[in-house]
Amino acid sequence: MSSITRRRWLQRTLTALGGLTVSACDRISESPHVNSTLDWAEELNQRVQRVLLGRKALAREYTEKDISREFRANGTTNPDTEEYNALAKGRFVSWKLIVGGLVERPLQLSLEELRSMPSRTQITRHDCVEGWSCIGKWKGVQLSRVIERAGLKPNARFIAFYCADTLELTLDGTGQYYETIDLVDALHPQTLLAYDMNDRPLDIAHGAPLRLRLERQLGYKMAKYVMRIEALESFQKLGRGKGGYWEDRGYQWYAGI
Amino acid sequence: MSGAATPAQAAGSDRALADGRIAFYRHPLAVRLTHWVNALCLWLLLMSGLQILNAHPALYWGEISTFDQPLLSFGAADGPAFPAWITLPGFQDLAGGRSWHFFFAWLFVLNGLVYLGYALRSGRVRNVLAPDREQLRNIGRSLADHLRLRFPHGDAARGYNVLQKLSYLIVLFGLLPLMLLTGLTMSPAMDARLQWLTALFGGRQSARTVHFFTATALVAFFLIHVLAVLAAGPLNEMRSIVTGWFVIKPEKRS
Repeated sequence: MSSITRRRWLQRTLTALGGLTVSACDRISESPHVNSTLDWAEELNQRVQRVLLGRKALAREYTEKDISREFRANGTTNPDTEEYNALAKGRFVSWKLIVGGLVERPLQLSLEELRSMPSRTQITRHDCVEGWSCIGKWKGVQLSRVIERAGLKPNARFIAFYCADTLELTLDGTGQYYETIDLVDALHPQTLLAYDMNDRPLDIAHGAPLRLRLERQLGYKMAKYVMRIEALESFQKLGRGKGGYWEDRGYQWYAGI
Repeated sequence: MSGAATPAQAAGSDRALADGRIAFYRHPLAVRLTHWVNALCLWLLLMSGLQILNAHPALYWGEISTFDQPLLSFGAADGPAFPAWITLPGFQDLAGGRSWHFFFAWLFVLNGLVYLGYALRSGRVRNVLAPDREQLRNIGRSLADHLRLRFPHGDAARGYNVLQKLSYLIVLFGLLPLMLLTGLTMSPAMDARLQWLTALFGGRQSARTVHFFTATALVAFFLIHVLAVLAAGPLNEMRSIVTGWFVIKPEKRS
């Protein structure tokens, strides 16, 4: 065998082997059985981290000088619907946060009313699922205070956040952004409905007029453009049933890592 | 000589072969099993890790991402930084990459604990992995021999040589734990409990960078490891890590 044919033979073998591996991998990684097996890890992450952290452990808080010069805005940077644009034009004066679902007292809270409630300010690090981090200063009302005011019914287990932005246009409306968290996170002292960022009213790119801060999880859990929150027993009937826009697209519901 | 450090139970397992060579039981079952589970985990962790890195192929130093001044960034403006054939899944899928990564991270940790438990209980760390004084004194000669691809034969091949011992110790008790610790440091939840870890690595983005370079060091170790297996006698080496039995020629002492 001449060296050229040998090289060609080697090249072909390697290409074939490579192709086999890649297609085998893709077949495996698309199989539902494999994916449900892989989901054990998410379950394990959640259980172990919940035990290690408990309800109270606080995310690190930073100082003014640590704040990022550039805080990247990801996902939707402007919902750009007629309704939202009208609200934004009026500086969200006519906007009201609707609180409903399994609560004793459904509420409608204007930005002014939210601002008049006791607030918490925290400088925290935002970790995106993509891998980057930014530090920002957030001021808002603790979600626990809003929940307390509305009063949870005993069967409430999750809080859902419905947002003004549609990330993907779909016929059935499942492209609308939403998120769900459980009560451990909802009642955590650092879980805020934030209306200020870096001492200014939240801008549109970062979720005006109100966004969730959930400091012990990744960025995609922290819904922006929150219009309505709801207490639920289960999130199976929302969207595609996985508990959030990105969760419906394969991402973990528990995003602590 | 270095071979004298072989544990007594291994010497007791010698089997004389018909051609005068000696087969001895070199790798106990626990070592063989954990070796291969570990190999599988590291391979899949590497591929799914590159999938995750593809989502934001830039590294930074410190707590945060200084987007305009990355420490290092990969790839061109269009297309993934790391090609599909080396990522898992074999198409752009951050969610899938994360699922694979965390599953095999758990398997890697559990397997590591099994190995650690075995290695400490059996005295393997002290008897098999720790180099003795004489070996350390002769490290220069061992290095020179290795660079000429001259490996120990006969009884000297019963135990690990000094470079093997040091590199295995560095991988087992340095690089692999470092992968786990830097991985945990990137978790916003763990950070609420283990803030000293983040401080140790100089920030979350530093930990992410160390995670990448430690993985690179493991790839380098893998390449040298495989090269050494090929040079030292691939059949014999593979037999020993699959069945446990390693064959030496006692008459050929060097």
